[in-house]
Amino acid sequence: MEFLVCISKAPDTTTRIAFTEGDTRFNEEGVQFIVNPYDEWYALVRALELVESQGGKVVIASVGGADCDPILRKALAIGAHEAVRIDAHPEDAGQVAAELAHYAKDKGFDAILCGKETIDHNSSAVPAMMAEHLDMPCIALATSLNYEGDQAVVTRETANGVEKVGVKGPFVLSAAKGMAEQRIPNMRGIMAARSKPLQVVPAQGASAGTTIDRFALPEEKAGVKLIDADNPSELVRLLREEAKVI
Amino acid sequence: MKCIAFIQTKGGQATKASLEAAGLGASMGETVAVVSGDIEGDAGLGAVGVGRILQGPGHLDDSQLARLVSAAADQEEAQVVVCAQDHLGKAVAGRVAVRLNAGLVAGITSVPSGDVYTRNVFSGKAMAHVKGTTDKLVVTTTPNAIGMPEPTGASASVSAFAPELGQSKVEVLEEAKPDTGNRAPLPEAELVVSAGRGLKGPENWGIVEDLADSLGATTACSRPVSDIGWRPHHEHVGQTGITIRPNLYIAIGISGAIQHLAGVNSSKVIVVINKDPEAPFFKAADYGIVGDAFEVVPKLTEAFKAL
Ligand SMILES: Cc1cc2nc3c(=O)[nH]c(=O)nc-3n(C[C@H](O)[C@H](O)[C@H](O)COP(=O)(O)OP(=O)(O)OC[C@H]3O[C@@H](n4cnc5c(N)ncnc54)[C@H](O)[C@@H]3O)c2cc1C
Ligand SMILES: Nc1ncnc2c1ncn2[C@@H]1O[C@H](COP(=O)(O)O)[C@@H](O)[C@H]1O
Repeated sequence: MEFLVCISKAPDTTTRIAFTEGDTRFNEEGVQFIVNPYDEWYALVRALELVESQGGKVVIASVGGADCDPILRKALAIGAHEAVRIDAHPEDAGQVAAELAHYAKDKGFDAILCGKETIDHNSSAVPAMMAEHLDMPCIALATSLNYEGDQAVVTRETANGVEKVGVKGPFVLSAAKGMAEQRIPNMRGIMAARSKPLQVVPAQGASAGTTIDRFALPEEKAGVKLIDADNPSELVRLLREEAKVI
Repeated sequence: MKCIAFIQTKGGQATKASLEAAGLGASMGETVAVVSGDIEGDAGLGAVGVGRILQGPGHLDDSQLARLVSAAADQEEAQVVVCAQDHLGKAVAGRVAVRLNAGLVAGITSVPSGDVYTRNVFSGKAMAHVKGTTDKLVVTTTPNAIGMPEPTGASASVSAFAPELGQSKVEVLEEAKPDTGNRAPLPEAELVVSAGRGLKGPENWGIVEDLADSLGATTACSRPVSDIGWRPHHEHVGQTGITIRPNLYIAIGISGAIQHLAGVNSSKVIVVINKDPEAPFFKAADYGIVGDAFEVVPKLTEAFKAL
């Protein structure tokens, strides 16, 4: 089996968010970058587990500049076999999806695994867009993936609860919690990652369909109003008369 | 400007998240709704400003729905397609954008001016003001962010719509059992009562359920609580769980770690109940009670019941 796992670079979850250039760019100075958690914990690890039990390889791909290489190395250390970096600054989901689809086309991957969303852009858009470019089914918010014969059996979250579906032929999937458990790279993996192939391929020049005018930080909270533990009716009154939420 | 609104229905009626999306469309221009399968009357769409409904066949997958919606956009020569950023909306919107060669602005929270949309980024720690750069645009709305428009009293006309939709490549092996609870699903809920490790064990959730019942709220939990199996996974909110933005979020025995806040910090009002006055959650709260959950929560339930 050959899997393509799409990996995005993301700021560590505890990062203080600040902007530069007139609030038009995220200030990356001093920011620790990680593999987007859904891509790493769920998509990548599940692909590795399947290859470990059934043979094959896992290729990881990221759309980004050279600053993505460390996170690709980290994914290689966890166990991916080969890395590909599509050399373009990621502007929006549409552009990223077009670039990934262009790369994946005709490569014969059995499945393309993504995370359910990036923790910086939070758009949950790349997998479906990629699937449409490739004319493949997209199974969003998948919580498990197994193979039964030539059929992939996937459970996914829907508005009604969890549903089980079967797909024959290649597909795109976005992985949510439940798919696999986090793996910590060990020393051997880290050493091995250094000599694994990391190929840089030119972008095809897909354009973005959106642009960010500026960023803004949310308004500061006025500060907490403390209510005496013996007087919960006061809280009820405030929620009703002041906050007007009940 | 002309809009297509892709509508999801439940029991023949448009979901609240879909009505919000349609209402936004109607505030921007003439809006034609697209539905799949049976609806009751006009599914509540006339009241939010939709004039016409194109009704496609039922039981379609995301790829077929995308064909249905883009065919409608082509037929109506619409510039904007709107839908809710929910499970199905996420799956369909991206495909529609690719089919229409349109930009996609996902999960918007407001429209501050004509062509600028705001959306949350960095897990709610910041906001981006986004514009489309293409002739057509697909916009998805975060549930409970835009709000419902004033009802118009009008109704929408329904006509059958049957473009070429292709075959589904996905076979449903086991359908989800529709949830029987009468509580609103978390992403759409207006009132949420949530608890964390401070509750000590699953046997203590009765007081949380009672509080939720007294308000008609949906229950949620922190991640460790669902990880150890005290509560079902679908209740887990936060960076790795569900993102919610209710009008009221009551957090009981939750410390307020940044990854938890990432999923709830867009709530309009946050109430924190924690026995530790130094708990970080108080910094993100509007109202707080410092006290033992086992004493405070039952009293609060009584106070809500007394309303
Ligand atoms: C990458 C990453 C992603 C994560 N994603 C998420 C996520 O999506 N969602 C999430 O929730 N967490 C997430 N976490 C975990 C997060 O960092 C915290 O560990 C977690 O939120 C803590 O859960 P808690 O508040 O229930 O427990 P604790 O931190 O143990 O807090 C319990 C609180 O209960 C209070 N308490 C104890 N007894 C009582 C009592 N009798 N009455 C009142 N209060 C009491 C304590 O004072 C304390 O503040 C993530 C972590 C990482 C590293
Ligand atoms: N720059 C990128 N390079 C590779 N994969 C990406 C990139 N951005 C997003 N993805 C993939 O698409 C998923 C959803 O991202 P998003 O649509 O931005 O929320 C992520 O979890 C990744 O798997």
